Amino acid sequence: MDQAREQSISHWPAFQWPAEGNARVPYRVFSDPEVYRAELTRVFLGPTWQFLTLANQLRAPGDFLTTFVGETPVIVTRGNDGQVHAMLNRCAHRGNLVCLKRRGHADDLTCVYHAWRYDLEGNLKSVAFRRGVAGRGGMPESFNLEQHGLKKLRVDTFGDLVFGTLSPDAPPLGDYIGNLIGSRIHRVLHGTPKVLGTTSQILHNNWKLYFENVRDTYHATLLHTFFTTFRVSRLTSEGGVDIAESGAHHASYTRNKVDRVDPASSDKLYAGIPSLRENFRLADPGFLTAVEEFGDDTTTQILSLFPNFVLQQIQNCIALRLVLPKGPDKTELQWTYIGFEEDDADMTALRLAQANLVGPAGYVSMEDGAVGNFIQRAIRGSEKDCSVLEMGGFEHTSEPNRTTEASVRGFWHAYRPLMGW
Amino acid sequence: MDLGAIQRQWELEQLLTDYVHCLDADELERWPDFFTEDCFYRITSAENYEAGLPLGLIYATSRDMLKDRVSALRQANIYEPQRYRHLVSSIKIIGDAADGARPLDVAANLLVVRTMQHGEMMIFGAGRYIDQVKREAGSWKFVSKTVVLDSRQVDTLLAIPI
Repeated sequence: MDQAREQSISHWPAFQWPAEGNARVPYRVFSDPEVYRAELTRVFLGPTWQFLTLANQLRAPGDFLTTFVGETPVIVTRGNDGQVHAMLNRCAHRGNLVCLKRRGHADDLTCVYHAWRYDLEGNLKSVAFRRGVAGRGGMPESFNLEQHGLKKLRVDTFGDLVFGTLSPDAPPLGDYIGNLIGSRIHRVLHGTPKVLGTTSQILHNNWKLYFENVRDTYHATLLHTFFTTFRVSRLTSEGGVDIAESGAHHASYTRNKVDRVDPASSDKLYAGIPSLRENFRLADPGFLTAVEEFGDDTTTQILSLFPNFVLQQIQNCIALRLVLPKGPDKTELQWTYIGFEEDDADMTALRLAQANLVGPAGYVSMEDGAVGNFIQRAIRGSEKDCSVLEMGGFEHTSEPNRTTEASVRGFWHAYRPLMGW
Repeated sequence: MDLGAIQRQWELEQLLTDYVHCLDADELERWPDFFTEDCFYRITSAENYEAGLPLGLIYATSRDMLKDRVSALRQANIYEPQRYRHLVSSIKIIGDAADGARPLDVAANLLVVRTMQHGEMMIFGAGRYIDQVKREAGSWKFVSKTVVLDSRQVDTLLAIPI
């Protein structure tokens, strides 16, 4: 641990991670403003890769969009060199936002405050009244444009996914993701992504509570009763979870067509659990008829990349989710639903109908918008207590089984060293 | 304006009034009855709508899919007790209203206030209805209803339809 890091932790109130390791999470990490501030630097500006955009959202040179790395605003552009570039959305002069729009097209990036002008790669090209007026005022001779560009991010792509990092220490993106999880990204993104629409959900909870939820293979068929009742997914179906060695990334998967136990035994296991309701039948269940798109019988795959990106395939509904921290107890969850340019009209119609399953109004996801807030409310005054993550043991290794919290433990395994715990 | 047009305006204002009273009174089981059997219903954002992106947060292509929404809300989905208050105004019939053969285009402004069980209130959504209506067995029904919310953000979750 470097000295600067040690110093910045040392003034925190006495705090040690519990001896049980990744199987315990102190509730204070979800509410403490100091922990949150440290995460913005150590996790989001640290040696991690942040999802920025799909590459084809920036088609022509001059196309730009704005997003965030943690809470830090960034601009992503398609440069005149045809490459994607990313830089802080903060003028090198006095710190003003350079781009005000969420997306657009521009020949260059000019700050509205004093008209400092940058090229699409963030290099400072001109300063208004640099030579002053009639020999008076202006910048000193020593002022060098090259030293005052917008701060640049490293940009790397994985298929059509574009990521950025401010850290020189992040490994190349392909190494960061690894083959185990990388191959599971490729199996979903098998065509040219086409955006079907976007939405955003404001969650009144810490960002990590949502990310734990995404990685929690145990809850899905218990909290989301829709899944269970219609046999979209049950824990008794074949499935499992792949976890990167570092613990950082995960992919859980289900093959509904293959049941581990017969239907009667499955019903018996779920008997007494509120999520199984015998008499619940849909009047128009047509949209649940999935098309075999991926050639491997995998009906659901939820994949996450540390620290805040999710790629979801639920039947034929594919969405990217970006989890943006907005405060210790506020999170913005951005959804981008996609199909592929290769889809025919029937496939697009099916994806749109299956989009009913997810998002803020999703049959199997609306509860996720609320459950983090329920925890946030429940842990007030209990900052010294811990959650318990012992389902499936204490490890964070891949398993052909979903009745486990292994991938949640994996998240904490990756998180703790960044925070010095 | 002739009397026929005034009557039509009044009837469609009644339709929207009845519609929002049904939702606000938590009589969701009656909600699908406002639609034709092969109706289209979609909630989206102005951003998606203006970009021509087809996504819906709720997306139904039949009245049965609306019934399923209600069954799921009543029997499957978990959400905190909450209620809406819809305010609808500026109801505008668009285009030539005289021809009874084609559905009528109707647009209206919309504000939804959401109140949670403990009393927190917020403006949950502002936007508009972009509807098509037609007469069926003597009463007006929605052939198509697109709820276009001005904001792309939804607070916490969207359970009850708009």
